Parts: sequence; structure tokens; C-alpha cells
Amino acid sequence: MSRDERAALQGKRLHKIVEYVYHNVPFYRNKLQEMDIRPDDIQTIEDITKLPFTTKKDLRDNYPFGLQAAPQSEIIRVHASSGTTGNPTIVGYTRKDIGVWSECMARCLTAYGVTRDDIFSVAYGYGLFTGGLGAHYGVEHIGASVIPAGTGNTEKHLKLIRDLGITGLACTPSYALYLAETMDKLGIRKEDIKLRVGAFGAEPWTESMRKEIEERLGLKGYNIYGLSEVMGPSVSYECQMQHGSHICEDHFYPEIINPVTLEPLPAGQQGELVFTTLTKEGMPVLRYRTRDLCSLMTGTCDCGRTEVRMGRIEGRSDDMLIIRGINVFPSQVESVVLSMPEFAPRYMLVVDRVNNLDTLQVQVEIRQEYFTGVFDTPAAIDQLEKKLASKLKSVLSIAAKVQLKAPNTIERSQGKSAHVIDKRKL
Amino acid sequence: MTINQLSIFIENRSGTLIKVLEALKQSNIQIIASTIADTAEYGIYRLICSEPLRACEELKKAGIAVAVSDVFALELDNQPGRAADAIEAFSAAGISITYLYSFLLRGKGILIFRTDDNDKAARVIEENQLSSISENALAGIA
Repeated sequence: MSRDERAALQGKRLHKIVEYVYHNVPFYRNKLQEMDIRPDDIQTIEDITKLPFTTKKDLRDNYPFGLQAAPQSEIIRVHASSGTTGNPTIVGYTRKDIGVWSECMARCLTAYGVTRDDIFSVAYGYGLFTGGLGAHYGVEHIGASVIPAGTGNTEKHLKLIRDLGITGLACTPSYALYLAETMDKLGIRKEDIKLRVGAFGAEPWTESMRKEIEERLGLKGYNIYGLSEVMGPSVSYECQMQHGSHICEDHFYPEIINPVTLEPLPAGQQGELVFTTLTKEGMPVLRYRTRDLCSLMTGTCDCGRTEVRMGRIEGRSDDMLIIRGINVFPSQVESVVLSMPEFAPRYMLVVDRVNNLDTLQVQVEIRQEYFTGVFDTPAAIDQLEKKLASKLKSVLSIAAKVQLKAPNTIERSQGKSAHVIDKRKL
Repeated sequence: MTINQLSIFIENRSGTLIKVLEALKQSNIQIIASTIADTAEYGIYRLICSEPLRACEELKKAGIAVAVSDVFALELDNQPGRAADAIEAFSAAGISITYLYSFLLRGKGILIFRTDDNDKAARVIEENQLSSISENALAGIA
């Protein structure tokens, strides 16, 4: 499809989606009315800059189903991702949404060279996280054999990779390295396995990580990008050229904006990535601010695809961390710490990568007035640490190690990033 | 019958112990016995000292996480088997010792320990006529 043809299609779809949310989502109707915009004002894709932005905060303020456009009877699946505090972000999908998602995922896999002859293992987390089921449906869509391995039980997974002759693998890049590590431990050589294609995403990774994964697992590793607020994995994907990730822009229209002035930026300039879902029924979003910083590349790719490409994610315009593929906001930790009177309202997140697995340590200070005679044994202090750790686990969905600090030893934070020490070298 | 022990939370970093000791020195507190229960990340510094309640207030003023715990102090003859005899009485009564440390003072063995049931432990001490020693006696004031 030529770029002009696609722009025409995008314009038509944009008009339709604006009309749809105007009539079905009070949040958007109010916003558009405030800005004095009617759906008929939006006719071409260039009109998109007239539309309001949507933020994670809007999703939180309208928890759980406030931004849902389709009636509940049409929703066949619900996923959830981390919210900035307390409530997760809830996303509902209609049958058509799942179909579009599966097709986009199939597009990604096809670009990687996966066919119906492959045996493909999905080692993203299955469940509320979109990684597992998202990849699963895409593999089924192209007719390859899907092995729903999920995360954990690495030794058994490796046995299956070897014994079943698994050829494809979808997981986080750090888990791929962990698999390689475990292979070494078990004495499995890359000559013993048949892996040839990897779909890696859900966390930032580097070229040197790619080289190491490819070398140790004997496969070719491709980037996959996505976020649940927009759809899930399959929003963009690398082709054989591995020069930027092609965006499925007939469904997810990308813009780059200046995160401070919110002005659109031209192709090639780095800024915050923004997506509008052009076809989604369950929970469409207009100009959703991803907070991911990157740039867009136009022009036909050497592979022949005309879809716009996004460069590597260079950072975030907020303080979100990605730990073992899970989004973590320091504010989530803060809400838990503040709920326990035993601790001072100060905390520090220390993120590291040990043997290719991310670790999260949360440092908190015990309050002097709560340090009573019962805390004269390590067992009593361990119990207090465990109490916090279990609350953190339920809010963050990943395990954190709690380290208790003496009063007034954690620096009072000056701004958001002061709450985080990220020792991972990426 | 119990005496006051200070329990102090200290991180495993250089400079944390000296901060406690300096504060005690400034307040003219005498340390009679001390021990550290250590873990990988922190220690609990337990100490018997002169004027423990005042010491506790002074340490709090210095920003240190400190608490007063009730522990027993028994004075034993410095001879083989005396510790076994004493602990046997608690064991027979079904009392657990949470932690214990000992030192010599003026030729006598001193056992400091906490139990999981201080009321019951006090009765055992009385019934077995074990010799518990007061804070003042430990500090050499009485």
C-alpha cells in the first residue's frame, strides 16, 4: 500500500473512531465538547493534531471501565497492567479487537520468518499481562504449533526446547539470556537445540544483548513492541533488516511530540511516542501518551515495507521502570510504604541485573517510635520486612526484597528520579 | 526481676557502630556487656549499661533506632556446669531462651538472656533460688 493510500485509509478510520468515542465514551465527549470539536471536524489524518491527548492518569481516574466504548456484553477479554498507584489499568477487548491483535501479531511473526511449520514457544507471562496470550494468539493465527510455556520452570522448558525441536521463542530478552545461562548449567549446547527465531520485547535491550542472545542460543533475535493501553505486543516489530520497528499504523497511528510543549515533532526528531487506535472497539484511545522516548523513520524500508518505523526506545518521560518485563512506578511503592506506619515516608528502589535477571530491592527506614523492645531479634525484624514484601508483591506483581534501614539514612528525595538507583547497564 | 537491655538497630556499614558508641561516650554511659546479633544486612546491638533508660533517651536524641528490652541477668559461680544447671530449670518448665550471652564480672559468671515467657521464667528463678542480679549491682553501684 502506498503512503497516500494509507493516509486516506487512516483519515477515514480516524473520523470513524472519533465519532465512535464521541457517542460511546462520556470522557471523550466531554473533552471534545470542551475543545469545541465535533466528529465532523476530523476528516483527514492530519486533523489528528486537533484532538486531545489521553494519559495514564485519565485511565486511572476512570478506573475500571470508564474509557470502555463497547458494552460489556461485547467484551470477551480483559487484561490489566500496572497503574501508577493502587489501581491497575484495565483494558477490555471485543472479539474483533482480539482478531486485529492476532493478525498484527501474525504480521510480526511473518516478518521474522515464522511459518506454519515452526514450533513456537511462548515464554512471556500468561495472565493479566498481555505478553503471553498476545503472542499465543498470533502464533495460532499463522498456524504454527504453539507451546504455551509461560515463565518459570526453566529446566523443563529447556528440555522441551531440545526434545520437541522448538524453533521459535517469544520472551523478554533478559529471560532469553537466563535460558542461555541455564543451558550452560545443564550442559545443553546450542548444537543440541533447533531455535532459529526469537521475538523479544516487553523491556528495553541493547545491540550487545542481541549479539549475546543470538550467539548463545543460535537464533536470530527480533524486537517486538507494544503496550496494553494500545493493544499489547504487536504494535511494532522488526523486519529482516533490523533497522527500526515497523508500526502496524493502519491500526495504531503514531506521532512524536515534545513531552513538555506537547507540540508534534517531525520525523527523525526524538520525542514522546503517542498512539491513536484507529480500529479498536473495546477501549479505543485518542493520542495516548506512551511516555516512551524515541524517533520515527519514514521512507520505504529495504525490506519493501512502507510502514513508518520507530527507533529504539531511548528512555522515558516519566519515572516508570521495567523490571522483568513488568512496569513498575515508584509511586506504587510509595503508596504501600505510606500505608504502613512502621516506616518513615522515605524509600529507595534499587534495581540491578544479577545473572541476567532483574532484581528489585526496596529500602525503607523504620520509624524510631515504632522500634520497640519486640525488635530485639532478627526474626522480629525479618517478619516486619516480610510484611512489607508481601504487600509490595500484591501491588507490583513482582517480588521485591525489602531492606530495612536506620532512621534518617535514606536521602530525602529531590524530585522523582531520586527514588531510584538503577544499576543495570543498558 | 528483669533488667533493661538496650537493643539497637545498626546497618552493616562502617561508621554506624561508632555513632552509637560516641553518643554513649558523650552521655557518660558505661557499657557493662554487649553483643551483636548479625545478619547479612544489619545487626542488632544488644547492650547492658549504666543508666539504661537515660542512655536510651540520649541515643534517641542522636537519631538512633533503639528500644529497651526486658532480659534476665543471673549471677553464677565461675565453675563448670553452673550454666547447665541454671538453664536446665527453664528447660524443665518448657521455657525457650530467645538469646543468651555471658561475661565474667568480679569473678562471677553473668548470664544475660531473654525468654519467650518472662512471668514464668521469673517464677522458675524464685522456685530454684537462682541468683538474679540487679542493674545497679552490675554497674557496681549497689
